[in-house]
Amino acid sequence: MTNKDVKSVTGITVRLAGDSGDGMQLLGTQLTNTSALAGNDVATFPDFPAEIRAPRGTRAGVSGFQVQFAKEEIFTPGDTLDALVVMNPAALVTNIGDLRKGGILIANEDGFTEKDFKLAKVDANPLEATVINDSYRLFRVNMTDLTRKAVSEHGLSPKVADRCKNFFAMGLVYWLFGRSLDPTLRFIEAKFGKKPDVAAANEAALRAGWAYGETTEAFGESYQVEAAELEPGTYRNIMGNQALAWGLVAASKLSNKELFYGTYPITPASDILHELTKHKNFGVRTFQAEDEIAAVCATIGAAFGGTMAVTASSGPGIALKAEAMGLGMMLELPMVVINVQRGGPSTGLPTKTEQSDLLQSMFGRNGESPLPIVAPRSPGDCFDMAIEAWRIAVECMVPVMILSDGYIANGSEPWKLPEPNELSEIKIEHPEAGEPDEPFLPYLRDENLSRPWAIPGTEGLMHRVGGLEKQHETGNVSYDPANHQLMVQTRANKVANIAQRIPEQDVVGETSGDLLVVSWGGTYGACLTAVRRCQEAGHRVSHAHIRYLNPLPRNIGDLLKSFDRVLVPELNTGQLRMLLRSEYLVDCIGFNKVQGKPFSVSELIEAIEKHLPSAVPA
Amino acid sequence: MTLPILKAADFASDQDVRWCPGCGDYSILAQMKKVLPDLGVPREKTVFISGIGCSSRFPYYMNTYGMHSIHGRAPTFATGLKATRPDLMVWVITGDGDALSIGGNHFIHVLRRNVDLNIVLFNNRIYGLTKGQYSPTTSEGQVTKSTPMGSIDHPLSPLSVALAAEATFVARSIDAHVKHLGMVLKRAAEHKGTSLVEVYQNCNVFNDGAMAYAQERKQRAENVVELEHGKPLVFGKDSEKGIRLVGNHLQVVERSEVPDDDLLIHDEKDPNPSIQMMLARMRYPEMPEPIGVLRDVQNIATYDDQINDQVTQARQARGEGDLQALFTSGDTWVVD
Repeated sequence: MTNKDVKSVTGITVRLAGDSGDGMQLLGTQLTNTSALAGNDVATFPDFPAEIRAPRGTRAGVSGFQVQFAKEEIFTPGDTLDALVVMNPAALVTNIGDLRKGGILIANEDGFTEKDFKLAKVDANPLEATVINDSYRLFRVNMTDLTRKAVSEHGLSPKVADRCKNFFAMGLVYWLFGRSLDPTLRFIEAKFGKKPDVAAANEAALRAGWAYGETTEAFGESYQVEAAELEPGTYRNIMGNQALAWGLVAASKLSNKELFYGTYPITPASDILHELTKHKNFGVRTFQAEDEIAAVCATIGAAFGGTMAVTASSGPGIALKAEAMGLGMMLELPMVVINVQRGGPSTGLPTKTEQSDLLQSMFGRNGESPLPIVAPRSPGDCFDMAIEAWRIAVECMVPVMILSDGYIANGSEPWKLPEPNELSEIKIEHPEAGEPDEPFLPYLRDENLSRPWAIPGTEGLMHRVGGLEKQHETGNVSYDPANHQLMVQTRANKVANIAQRIPEQDVVGETSGDLLVVSWGGTYGACLTAVRRCQEAGHRVSHAHIRYLNPLPRNIGDLLKSFDRVLVPELNTGQLRMLLRSEYLVDCIGFNKVQGKPFSVSELIEAIEKHLPSAVPA
Repeated sequence: MTLPILKAADFASDQDVRWCPGCGDYSILAQMKKVLPDLGVPREKTVFISGIGCSSRFPYYMNTYGMHSIHGRAPTFATGLKATRPDLMVWVITGDGDALSIGGNHFIHVLRRNVDLNIVLFNNRIYGLTKGQYSPTTSEGQVTKSTPMGSIDHPLSPLSVALAAEATFVARSIDAHVKHLGMVLKRAAEHKGTSLVEVYQNCNVFNDGAMAYAQERKQRAENVVELEHGKPLVFGKDSEKGIRLVGNHLQVVERSEVPDDDLLIHDEKDPNPSIQMMLARMRYPEMPEPIGVLRDVQNIATYDDQINDQVTQARQARGEGDLQALFTSGDTWVVD
């Protein structure tokens, strides 16, 4: 406990920014976990360069990690910062614009040398600038020097010693926001236990940072955020890609299937592979293929064999998988295809977030080839939607796409642990051995228009599948014109009919009013927060967040028509808006941002207010 | 229970075979149907996977499980299937365009992974299905529909590529040499690991006679060496010629002029593929071309065995996966 004054606040938004080698992501992750363990609601936004080590000290090399922790339920990592920690001038100039007036600015003064100014392309020391000193509460701390002194007895080389400075910064931030050191001390032990000198040095740096806050007179008070009032239960902090991986593992258990995961590394999807490959004792087989096409094709091969088969990529990789996805759709085999979207087009902005692959998912295959699409709305929701995707895939014998994005994938939030025995089973029935004289009909359809999943090894069910058009029921190759139309229509109906079995679209707020905000994917938190604020201000605004994108929930059309106006904010140039307008002839309005950055709540509120009736609400 | 004895006809599906009359594919199909009953693998445990091309219609004609997939990718579908279903016997049917052009990448990788499956590569040195363009194995200078002034591409040798990818079984046969073809297919099936069989196959519509030197009985003796493990390399109508190793190249000799002890003895088991690679590089008309098994090395771990072994090991070490334990791994906290 600190001896100084403690000020109680409802929430803090802090961003840690430094060079991409400074360990800012580690610092941020630790602060997040510690805050989550303290019972706060947390939301995070890591933001890093595409280069592994962008030129040191330059603006292009700045790596940031933003976290909001609060005693209230929150859905975003926050708009403006209450506190900003910068390790060098480049980090300062690229981030200062987001710090609120009067906010705390902590600078590692040792990172502000003439050389650093040159690298950051600033003329003079920004810490001397009047505007910085007048606008913010600036704390200049010689972190590098203090860290060196703190770790001196551990006999590390200066280079290794300097690397501990992120732990010093962490200690100071922990003191400032009343965080416990214990979880991070446990982390240090687990991570560096095999290198006792490094572990001891990191611990010393962490404690030194905390002590610095406590003893120096510069900091008069610290801040405390009480635990949030979350629903009772056991929680953990979870990241989107991790939740997707766990959802897939859970889905395989629930369907009593082993899991095959074929993939090729790509940002920001790779962490799903890293996570899944740890769980081979669940019967998980991961296949790192030679390319994206091999990855999806191996997945189809595994599905043909009767396994739960999954492939994942990001937009550019999904483009390569397109032909095979069309085949998977023709073969009518169940599988899950995950797209963790990033900024496009082409290689685009690999480490930045965007929602611009919706139309690719809908239409990015040759011919008439509809596939079901679902989209998680938050890191924790990835778990549920992974299970949901596999359930639909099995029920309809079809590849199902999951549209995640970089913001969800790398973001984290507290996740209430589900009770495994309360998760509902996914029933799969493979046809049993057939009679030798009876012909097997691989494309005979059930009430869902799904064909049987007959797997190799089953006697009497030998059959051939392929990408050439099939004769209804027999599955034999057929060029018959009427049959082609029948098969195209049947496959389309099969997907369209899913609308009857998925939940109706829910609404936050009234089911009619002046304005409906319609969103999908990772913009959920920002849109929900903005709508709630507008509702609190007395506006007749509601929010519908769509998790089932193809087919859309059956009541969406009526819902859109129940509002005077419909606003569709998206991190693209209007892809969902185009689908809604063409499907329901409702003149939806777009609010579109394509900057590789998520929406801020304030810009959404502004957009909403712009489309409200000018009269002040009663 | 006694297993039913299957005949070649049992492996025929009810679909009409639609290759051009006189196509070499018929012979390969016939030999495959003839070999399969001898392998003792039930039809329902047998899977044929193909890419795109004339040869790739093959699975439709077999009364087994089958998949006609997309261009060049058949090895990848087969890898996914075999990795999850090691109990199945998986055959990949492909052609020179399919395997070596659009599928070149996958061809290399399936071989280096040593997935336990059998690849039969129908090589007719032309694109048949798309009607007569040159392929990666078309001879230099050949006039085709897409090379009116002659092909300027250097042809690729599938056997050389396979050996370079450390393939564990590499063989070649000829559509018209039916007995030999049957023997090679059987050997391929019996090999554990990826086996590659290149079959010289005549496209009598777009490239008729391109490999007549090897296919026609009269010419074959002079232009082809039939490899046999542990036997010297001899050929010719009266076996009057042989091949010996001089320095680091192979040389054709008259047996009347050199002692038989000088002839190269074929060693398909040699783990060092150097001499096998020299055999793969023997090209007509400078040299007779080898048919038979160039390489058959055993006891190299297969991909499917290893991917499944890791699952078994993980289960032995950590027990069957438990969701509750997964969820509560790491730091958690309780809200009352």
